[in-house]
Amino acid sequence: MITVLLIIVPVLAGFVSFFIKDEKSAKGWALLSAVATLVISLISIFQNTNSLTFDASWLPMMGSRFTVSLDGMGKMLTLLTAVSFPIIFASTYNNHYKSPNAFYGFMLLTQAGLTGVFCSMDLLLFYFFWELALIPAYFLCSKWGGERRIPVTFKFFIYTFIGSLLMLVGILFVYYKTPDHSFAITSLHNLSLTAGEENFAFWLFFIAFAIKMPVFPFHTWQPDTYEQSPTAVTMVLSGVMVKMGVFAVIRWLLPMFPNASVRMSDAVIILAVIGMLYASLIAIRQDDIKRLIAYSSIAHIGLMAASMFTGDATGMQGVIFQMFAHGVNIIGLWIVVDVIEQQMGTRKFSELGGLAQKAPALAILFVIMALANIALPLTNSFIGEFLMFNSVFHYNKILGAVAAISIILAAVYTLWMVQKIFFGEVRDAEDTRLKVPANTRLMLVILVAVVLIFGVYPQPMISLTSDTVTKIIAQLK
Amino acid sequence: MNTIILSAIFGVVMMFTGIFISNRAAYKHVAAIALLVLLVFNIYETHGFVLFNVNADYFLHFEKFGLLFTSICIFSTLVYVLLSGKDIEKAGANTAEAFALIFFVLCGIGIVTSYTNLLMLFVGIEILSIPLYILTGSDKRNLKGNEAALKYFLMGSFSTGIMLMGIALLYGAAGTFAVEHVASAGMLSYLEALGMVLIFVALSFKVSAAPFHFWTPDVYDGAPTVITSFMATVVKVAGFAAFIRLFEGRLGTMGSQTDRLIAIVIILTLAFGNLTAVFQQSVKRMLAYSSIAQAGFMLFALFAVNDVAKEGLLLYAAAYSLATIGIFAVLAKMDDMTFEGFNGLAKSQPLIAALLAIFFLSLAGIPLTAGFFAKYYMLAAIIKTNHYIGLAIIGVLFAAVSVYYYFKVIQAMYFKDGNIVLAPVTNSFKYLLLAVAVIIVFLGVYPNALLSLLYF
Repeated sequence: MITVLLIIVPVLAGFVSFFIKDEKSAKGWALLSAVATLVISLISIFQNTNSLTFDASWLPMMGSRFTVSLDGMGKMLTLLTAVSFPIIFASTYNNHYKSPNAFYGFMLLTQAGLTGVFCSMDLLLFYFFWELALIPAYFLCSKWGGERRIPVTFKFFIYTFIGSLLMLVGILFVYYKTPDHSFAITSLHNLSLTAGEENFAFWLFFIAFAIKMPVFPFHTWQPDTYEQSPTAVTMVLSGVMVKMGVFAVIRWLLPMFPNASVRMSDAVIILAVIGMLYASLIAIRQDDIKRLIAYSSIAHIGLMAASMFTGDATGMQGVIFQMFAHGVNIIGLWIVVDVIEQQMGTRKFSELGGLAQKAPALAILFVIMALANIALPLTNSFIGEFLMFNSVFHYNKILGAVAAISIILAAVYTLWMVQKIFFGEVRDAEDTRLKVPANTRLMLVILVAVVLIFGVYPQPMISLTSDTVTKIIAQLK
Repeated sequence: MNTIILSAIFGVVMMFTGIFISNRAAYKHVAAIALLVLLVFNIYETHGFVLFNVNADYFLHFEKFGLLFTSICIFSTLVYVLLSGKDIEKAGANTAEAFALIFFVLCGIGIVTSYTNLLMLFVGIEILSIPLYILTGSDKRNLKGNEAALKYFLMGSFSTGIMLMGIALLYGAAGTFAVEHVASAGMLSYLEALGMVLIFVALSFKVSAAPFHFWTPDVYDGAPTVITSFMATVVKVAGFAAFIRLFEGRLGTMGSQTDRLIAIVIILTLAFGNLTAVFQQSVKRMLAYSSIAQAGFMLFALFAVNDVAKEGLLLYAAAYSLATIGIFAVLAKMDDMTFEGFNGLAKSQPLIAALLAIFFLSLAGIPLTAGFFAKYYMLAAIIKTNHYIGLAIIGVLFAAVSVYYYFKVIQAMYFKDGNIVLAPVTNSFKYLLLAVAVIIVFLGVYPNALLSLLYF
């Protein structure tokens, strides 16, 4: 029942939000409901999977049931979603949006979709939530985004929609291959397909997930969309939504097609490694902070994609851990970007500089976030990236070595970014201090604390998700 | 049987109301009440309650699927009359006759959803088509409308001729008109194959499947918007009912002999409809092409002919008709039918814009709308056959193309600014539109509500 609450609360709150015309009340309502969801999510962490399972009849004629449940990975990702939204709402509390009621309504509906994806145990239900997360996000980016928002968001939508539709064909294909014609995860995890069928279905699903992550060469929607979306939405997209792709591979793709996954692992890992290098190299050349972080995100996701397919238990653990870490880190980076954009009116490196003198506290917090982005020891990313690089290296030494170049490149562009924004000469003639609102600062401090705590003591997160790792690896064997 | 007889009677009654009632606004109320009666009796017939006990088994056979299909058509017509009744009054001078013709069309639909005999197929198609030729030209002062009517009439009679030829050939081969006996099992003789192909061509023309679709854009564009709405929805889906009845019998089991033919028609229809719709400037014309594209998806049911396909066709008929009728009802109230004409609708009419968005999302097949399950069933029907899965992939790729032009309207409404000119709308119009949207969303979450009627 708790799992259902996790979905229902944001759905209802989202619909109510559409009718709250007053800006202050709409914001307050959204924050309130996000905090309520966070509380529910925290409670769910301490429950066992059986008591979190909810099963009800939905479409009996189609063999689809409304089944939701949370295992370790599900708990972690719903927690990430539940943590992200209050932080996003609180840190952007001072931003003004036109028709705020619709903005917050769509945000909460997106949250519902994301949570639903992470806890569905029925493939058709999963598809429903997968789309439910996409549609409000489309409206958010198109309505409140930057100058080129309409074509850019449309590209994003069409890309992901093509992916979803191919997945739908795949879903129907595997559905008719289950002996009892069912979408239940237990039936789908015991498919017996011929090699050809498995390969075919593998690609139908993989393309959908690869577009969402995004993996090279399906990534071209991502930098534009991150750049043009309002920053609060970018946080959702990069912090939580890209995890849908990674999550879906682990939850559905690998267990459903274990043999095809092994056969295709070379191709996928090579694509992922190319993407890592490619994105890192492009990131170095960017002049816009948002685009730089967007490309850096492609590189990080590329590593996750590669590591997932190595079939290595520690690598899998790294991926799952890193999903949380990456979400926290990138939201932290975006918060700083949002402050800079709101206060300075620009995101261009060529127009920024010397902000450390104007906002020393912000600089310190940003540097810690940036170091986490490079995955330095003591930050949470170190744990995840170490495990992942280790697995890729064991898979293939050359690919591992090539992938490792991206660590150096990450240091190059991240430190360059810090230097350009916070150090160097002050571009602005006026000697005003940068005003960082108290709520934003508080959120950043919380995020930095999370980064450091899990960097030093990752064990709770690892033991939370170890059940999923064991299960998936057993399935792959 | 109830529908066929009652609708013919109501048609005559409507003609006489034109003489006895001079208040034109009253016609639509009379028509709505008559439709409601028709709907009630048609639903009763599904439970075995027949008003006129006529034994016509050699010609007509009433079963759940056909009756349910007729119910959907009658219900859509009811919604159509309630939403667009005012516009029908404006479309031509003879309002009462227009309503009468609509009832005759329904009579034709009653026949084509239940025929067991090729002759009845022919009669049904004719009863359904002739009123449409007249309706298309109902606005006598409109040159484009007249041209459309003439074009439609010429092309329509031509295709009817082809169908008759096909029926004659099949009769020549089998010595009977009964659908279950024409076409022997196994390989088709040349006579049968030719006859089949001719009937297939004629019906493809009726449902505007490529390459027999060329009349569609001109006729839909030229006819008064309110009539287009009726043609593109109720009448079109009825064509599919006729189609599937023909194919679910022996003719459908010919397997590989017809598969390739239908597959080619499907791909052509999807390609023509979707790709041409992308380049349209006028929303009305775009909808005409999109109706071709949607027909391509409905043809999947013909290709698969299994339980899933029949369930899907029902859902598709409901989802597509309701959404399209809703869109056309708003479109009829607009002066500027280009995409720019929709700019800024969300600001001036937030509720109508939101409802239109739901309709377009449904046509695009986005989950949580009935349109999703409609497409879902069509894909499922194809994949269930376990060959030609490539067809499903082609289908979804074109569905992605369709998102492009449907979303152009949503973008115009929500993300662009403009001064929109919309004829004044009453509150009851808004509420009715809202009710239609609610039905679409409800079927999108729980399609079983409709489909379970097929079995219980």
